[in-house]
Amino acid sequence: MATRRMTRSEQLQQTILYPLDWLEERSGLVGGVKYFLFRKVPGDINWFQTLGSATLTAFLVQATTGVILAMYYKPDPNSAYASIQNITNHVFAGWLVRGMHRWGASVFIILMFMHMGRVFLFGAYKYPRELNWIVGVLLLAMGLGEGFTGYLLPWDQTAYWATVVGININGTAPFLGPFLAQFLQGGTYINADTLSRFYSIHMLLIPGGIMALIGLHLYLVIRLGVTSPPWSKEAAGTGPLADASTNGAGPRSGLVNPRPRRSAR
Amino acid sequence: MQPHDETPHVPGPSLWPVGFAVGIVVLLVGLIISWYITGLGALIALIFGFLWVRDLTVGTALTHAEEVPPERPTGPNLPAPAGGPAMPHASPERYPRSKFLELSTLGVGGLIGGMVTVPALGFMVMPAFLKQAHKDIDIGPLSDFPEGKYVVATFMSDPSEGEVSRRTAFVRYNGPGGPKNQPSFTIISNHCAHLGCPVQPNGPLNNKGTKEFGNVTLIPTISIAGFGCPCHGGQYDTEGNRIAGPPVRALDRYSYSIRHGRVYLGRPFSVSRVVGTGATAQIHEWRFSFPGEHVNGIESWLYPVQPPH
Repeated sequence: MATRRMTRSEQLQQTILYPLDWLEERSGLVGGVKYFLFRKVPGDINWFQTLGSATLTAFLVQATTGVILAMYYKPDPNSAYASIQNITNHVFAGWLVRGMHRWGASVFIILMFMHMGRVFLFGAYKYPRELNWIVGVLLLAMGLGEGFTGYLLPWDQTAYWATVVGININGTAPFLGPFLAQFLQGGTYINADTLSRFYSIHMLLIPGGIMALIGLHLYLVIRLGVTSPPWSKEAAGTGPLADASTNGAGPRSGLVNPRPRRSAR
Repeated sequence: MQPHDETPHVPGPSLWPVGFAVGIVVLLVGLIISWYITGLGALIALIFGFLWVRDLTVGTALTHAEEVPPERPTGPNLPAPAGGPAMPHASPERYPRSKFLELSTLGVGGLIGGMVTVPALGFMVMPAFLKQAHKDIDIGPLSDFPEGKYVVATFMSDPSEGEVSRRTAFVRYNGPGGPKNQPSFTIISNHCAHLGCPVQPNGPLNNKGTKEFGNVTLIPTISIAGFGCPCHGGQYDTEGNRIAGPPVRALDRYSYSIRHGRVYLGRPFSVSRVVGTGATAQIHEWRFSFPGEHVNGIESWLYPVQPPH
């Protein structure tokens, strides 16, 4: 009886896992996802280390809701405001999706700063993770650019005059400021093309850059591993660079490689 | 290493630096006069600079070439390994085929990539700087502007663009004045010199006296004490001089012309400070600049080049 039961559950398991096995055999994707998700991390990391994932989630929310909003929004000075009204008041669940995008923007920015603060206070920007700090700063700048360009799109009085002020602040940057301002508004003044220009920058140019840099950011996180908190007695986090033969006591042990807790003293 | 020559290594006399210097001068002159001359100067400087650098590097390349031959392996052919055929020592290929294919792939790929991206980038950037042409705008007959009172004139700077091109100017008729005793106007832009918000007249408007024609609306004021900005509190007097708040200069003005008894707005220009009032005011007409930029004084050195407005 027992063997028969085992076989049945095994059969069931096999049936469920068959599509995954099929995929794994042909692409290695399952192993790749496992390699990405089931990494070894230091034993004493805490909730602050989830801020990066939270930021990524906030970005994915912005990307998803933004794509849907783009189906109803019209980036034209004569119809932009009306299309926003239509999204908010008439399209099914439009108020919800627009609200998620609008408030999610602030959440995204706040989480980026909190994540940055965590990395700074934990000293996680130090060797060998300096490059990831730099990539993160570029991501922060692009995120702020998203906020700036997205603010114009409702095309109401607040949006218009906030953008006038924002563009003119750009214009006061030394030397190239006037050129930057004129590039942003697509002419000497805000004109009919400025709105669609901001729309294109907001939904195509900057998000493309953000996605590419997030890829690089995550690659470096996986390659270099997660850092322990500064108060940790454990050495720095583990990563794929771990060299099993030396038990982590390589030339860069304690920074990238794992070192067993007992030999760390 | 080769022993040093007795003669010092001084490059021979060359005329290329002269052409390079001429190009730089033309470029600098062009910055003041015209963008085309700037481009011409840059081109001259680039060509002569390239020829100059090429001249210099050709000289150094020759001295290096003499040191190369000894580095090549010139030993006897390798002995044939036991049992195998004798392997003649391959003559070192100076430019192997794989290298050529690698470089040509990169080169052709770069060329194709450039052919695609350069026009696209130009399409993205250049329209913001080209054809910023200005049209004179009719804002009504002389009789619509009472002497000594500001009129709030709202108009479209480019009717083909629609409402987004709507601008506002404060127009005051100063009566006849000036050297030829012609009608004199003070026309102030409503763009705050701090960060470009719309300044408002500090005083009541006579809304009943509103006149409209075409895209233009004229609202006379009753009596105003200056202009104020709602965004950050910049304050200006009736000549547009800053009297309080963050603005860095006086309000911009429009040049104007009078044709067949009608007032036409011309190009806008920036003003540092107005001395005097009305028809006898002395105004230095500075290049039209973005709000927040100083047009004179040491701070203006931060903005040496302005895009074509």
